[in-house]
Amino acid sequence: MLSAILSPEWIVREAPVALIVLPLMMAVITAILPRERLAWLVVMGTTIACSVLSFIVLREVLANGVVDYALGGWEPPLGIALHVDGLNAPILFLISVIGALCTLYAMRSVTAEVEPKKRPPFYAAFLVSFAGLLGMVITGDAFNVFVFLEVSSISTYVLVAMGSSRDRRALNSAYNYLILGSIGATFFVIGLGFLFMETGTLNMIDIAATLKAAGGGSRVVQVAFAFIVVGLGLKLAMFPLHLWLPGAYAYSPSYVTAFLAATATKAALYLLLRFVFTIFDPSADFIISSLTWLLAVLGVVGMFAASLQAIFQNDARRLLAFSSVAQIGYMLLGIGMGTALGLTAGYTHLLGHAMTKGALFLCLGAVWYRYGITRVSELNGLMKTMPLTATAMIIAGLSLIGVPGTIGFISKWALLTAAADNGWWWAVGAIVATSILALIYIGRMLEAILLQEPPKIDGETVARNEAPLTMLIPMWTLALACIYFGINSAWPIELAGRAAAVLGGGL
Amino acid sequence: MLTMIAEHFNYGVVIILMMTGLYVVFASDNMVKKLVGLSVFQTSVFLLYITMGKVRGGVPPIIEPTGDGGHEPVASAGHGEAAISHASEQASHGAEHAAQAGDHAVQAAEILYSNPLPHVLILTAIVVGVATLAVGLALVVRVREVYGTIEEAEIDAINYAFDLEGYNPEGEIR
Repeated sequence: MLSAILSPEWIVREAPVALIVLPLMMAVITAILPRERLAWLVVMGTTIACSVLSFIVLREVLANGVVDYALGGWEPPLGIALHVDGLNAPILFLISVIGALCTLYAMRSVTAEVEPKKRPPFYAAFLVSFAGLLGMVITGDAFNVFVFLEVSSISTYVLVAMGSSRDRRALNSAYNYLILGSIGATFFVIGLGFLFMETGTLNMIDIAATLKAAGGGSRVVQVAFAFIVVGLGLKLAMFPLHLWLPGAYAYSPSYVTAFLAATATKAALYLLLRFVFTIFDPSADFIISSLTWLLAVLGVVGMFAASLQAIFQNDARRLLAFSSVAQIGYMLLGIGMGTALGLTAGYTHLLGHAMTKGALFLCLGAVWYRYGITRVSELNGLMKTMPLTATAMIIAGLSLIGVPGTIGFISKWALLTAAADNGWWWAVGAIVATSILALIYIGRMLEAILLQEPPKIDGETVARNEAPLTMLIPMWTLALACIYFGINSAWPIELAGRAAAVLGGGL
Repeated sequence: MLTMIAEHFNYGVVIILMMTGLYVVFASDNMVKKLVGLSVFQTSVFLLYITMGKVRGGVPPIIEPTGDGGHEPVASAGHGEAAISHASEQASHGAEHAAQAGDHAVQAAEILYSNPLPHVLILTAIVVGVATLAVGLALVVRVREVYGTIEEAEIDAINYAFDLEGYNPEGEIR
């Protein structure tokens, strides 16, 4: 039945390009709309349309393996190609669905966080960022990646800065993010320059073929690799390059935080996978050693350092932001193993963490919307004042720790298996140890939510004040997804397995 | 050694600019100066790309019109500088058009062109750089309005003091 509705041939054929063009064009329209509600409707419609389109693309990829689209009819390598395969199709779907859920949530949250006259342009900036993320994931042209990376980043700086009507530190954070993000993008583009010097082409498939024909290429390729990894490392908040992330997540509007936490770093991580494994030759010595000694080691150091920092945060959103850095460490560890099992595990963690962290940030946003609080110590008795939100937060929190029955457990178990299979027992120990650290920082939140009594104001207990329905639906969708995929894990594992297959099954 | 340095002079310029820019970004405490450093850093990359596409002795990549030369001067006039020298050359050969037609095809194949692609790419990157700078400066203006300073150390001190004072549930401080 579904195929009958979704299968007019032209939709299937044009879906990849529509994923970029639709949100970009709608952003222009949104920016000039006079009414906030109208702007919200346009964004909602666009994100839902993109979810459907990306589902169509995903279905095509699952059926046929690869979807290619030559922009303007110019065949690659001359023209810019869109290239979707098992590696990026799930991420496209993830970005657009999370975008749609967050937009539903935004209907109420934005009214509390952004000044009225700024709301239509705010929504427009969101759509540009959304389009940029989809673009950098879908494109098959290396320079195009840079362009979309910057399209999404620049609009994200604006989005983060919009948190200033709630907390002025948003401005400072947005500025730091801008400086570090631009340095990252520039490093990336230097790397692309060296890659172009070596191969004379920008099409990803063509670069890979040229490098292979040249037997891995000269030292220029190694320089290109170094620049690209550092550039993307800044964008994906790899451990010592993560300094922009806590501020950007903690002070931006909750709508933006949830969307960024679930998608932005994931898209950059996808690019890292794409470049390291399919564009460069992953069996080259310098890549194997940098996977092991750079990505895996920094991943593990990040897991410990960021988890420890998370334990000592007072602000719940900063706590979760540091936890994000730690979770990126898990993904880097999986990638650093370089084996098919490790890649599958890292990719599963990517998908799972997007749902988990998205749900958690949405819950915290709802708490702020009702009570104006963000500190861990102020979450006291949330179970009595906002039971539904608190329950969703608990589910997502358990998934973050990796409790059996949640998606967090599935991916952490996969990581443990992969590490053991690889003989990396130190990594097994690190995963277990940092899960205990996660138990401590999430435990602090859970303790306040479950065991403490609600605060009293003037001798009266704070009244129960549940979040509005449009906020409950997105957070519960993600929380239930955490449980559903934790019990019925076939789908994420299958998608991750296909992604690992695209990456050449590892080394 | 000297010849090597001389031959790679352009890369030397790129590296010096790049390091200068990065140093300013890291060492400067003033938000505007940091943005200046960032711009210098990005500009060095533009130069890297431009220098990459230049072929020594290469001409702008515009394909010479070939074929019968009857309408040649008109056709080449529209093709910019590169064509001009050839157009005059053709004009001097005047009546020998027919004989020349074959020669032109050979000549076109032998002309050394610069690579236009990096130059076009860097046009895009320049636009990106301008947009980043604009957003950055706009942010600095807002920071100045809210904090009253654009020195990062002072802003950090203000934020730190705010953290120590504790959280004020009423005051979404502005």
